[in-house]
Amino acid sequence: MYSAKVLDHFANPRNVGEIENADGIGEVGNPQCGDIMKMYLKIDGDVITDVKFKTFGCGAAIATSSIATEMIKGKTITDALGLTNRAVVEALDGLPPVKVHCSVLAEQAVKSALADYYRRQGVDPEPIVGKLEEDCHACECGAHS
Amino acid sequence: MNKIIYVDNAATTPVAKPVLDAMTPYFCEEYGNPSSMFYSVGASAGQALADAREKAAKALGCDASELFFTSCGSEADNWAIKGTARKLGEKGKKHLITSCIEHHAVLHSMKALEREGFEVTYLPVDADGFVSPADVEAAIRPDTALVTIMFANNEIGTIEPIAEIGEICRKHKVWFHTDAVQAVGAVPINCHELPVDMLSLSAHKFNGPKGVGALYIRRGVLPFNFLDGGAQERNRRAGTENLAGIVGLATALEIAVNSMEEKRRHISAMRDFVLQHVQSMPQVKINGPLDLSRRLPNNLNVSFTAAEGESLLLMLDMRGICASSGSACASGSLDPSHVLLSIGLPHEIAHCSLRFSFGVQNTMEDAQAICDALDAIVPVVRERSPLWHEN
Repeated sequence: MYSAKVLDHFANPRNVGEIENADGIGEVGNPQCGDIMKMYLKIDGDVITDVKFKTFGCGAAIATSSIATEMIKGKTITDALGLTNRAVVEALDGLPPVKVHCSVLAEQAVKSALADYYRRQGVDPEPIVGKLEEDCHACECGAHS
Repeated sequence: MNKIIYVDNAATTPVAKPVLDAMTPYFCEEYGNPSSMFYSVGASAGQALADAREKAAKALGCDASELFFTSCGSEADNWAIKGTARKLGEKGKKHLITSCIEHHAVLHSMKALEREGFEVTYLPVDADGFVSPADVEAAIRPDTALVTIMFANNEIGTIEPIAEIGEICRKHKVWFHTDAVQAVGAVPINCHELPVDMLSLSAHKFNGPKGVGALYIRRGVLPFNFLDGGAQERNRRAGTENLAGIVGLATALEIAVNSMEEKRRHISAMRDFVLQHVQSMPQVKINGPLDLSRRLPNNLNVSFTAAEGESLLLMLDMRGICASSGSACASGSLDPSHVLLSIGLPHEIAHCSLRFSFGVQNTMEDAQAICDALDAIVPVVRERSPLWHEN
């Protein structure tokens, strides 16, 4: 049911862990729906120099977290803000339809961590990051009908 | 790839070799239609059908005339429930009683009947998954058409107090159906000694083939037909009989019942071994009764705090171990198992459940391999989880 790429990222997830003194921490999902992603960013100037994650969730949740960290590590904040759930799905060679919401969570986790970074800088994140739907019941991926 | 260790026998079981051997002639040699009684291949097929019915009825403690073959356990449940509701509904009885931990074949039949104007009472269960007979009695009304309570639960192994519930139904003259799909072949069942009016079973749960089940209907109990058509099954279930499947069901049932005690000892020894090991691991919760005399011998259901079930399943699969989970991801929705929620588990613990259901083909080496695998993978999954805290 999962692509080889998903299974690889599930079996050997990249960037698992926490960052002490992170510059931004985001957490999305909730234990009710069975997925929680927590993302830690280290930011130097405009560049994301390090990123780690911890995820409670299914194989797809682990894999989307893992590949999202790879896709933003070393990139600029602007690049990271441009990460879409669709890009995450494509990078994983596809996800089963019922698992697409995991890619939405990964996108939201990155944005949530960047919003936290801006808040710590005293900047209102909403005009930059957009409004965040941190609850998976609010996401519009159609996984729960 | 490691050898496959299949411990999802509550989902389905491999067909036993003697069962397959008994079925084989009915595909290419004895291919007659059992209803075509005036030539040799039809008559011999008819005889084989009668023999299989006799054999299965003997194993269930009922008369052959009370046993009706169906295409699966779900069909048997649909027939018993919808056939009863529609029949007694015509006489104004439009209330049904069931439990909230039934199989979807029952729960979704109830939902369908609610759309037709029936009223359904869904009884709660206690923390071990038991339905209270007193709750059943309190729920019965003058317009109650049917009580249906499962014999044993497929997820947590709880064996319901079927005899007590049946006595209450009999006292109040309400028909009583039980979905015994997980129980038949696993625990002793004698239909005539039990106060049960209808009982569903499915062959592939006891090393028979898929695609064949049966409904026991006590003499004098007459739900409406579910599948209309020809005169098969004494005019009560149309459709040319799946003769090979029925012969397989009867053979598998006879073997299961005759070897029940030996099978129970073998299977429960493996279950108990893994259970004891799991109980020594940190932050686990055993789901379902710890009084093992009231639990299916094959069933173990456990939640590992902060370790999500589908992740655990995938890691088990990488080691060749096939099990099951009550997590949302495994169920294809965002909600975890309705059974685990009904016994009061919080969502986050229900998402962390694994079910192991042992079968005759498993060995103690398999049980040891499962323990070793759990020791290896549970800490890995927890290490990735933001919910995990050592203490």
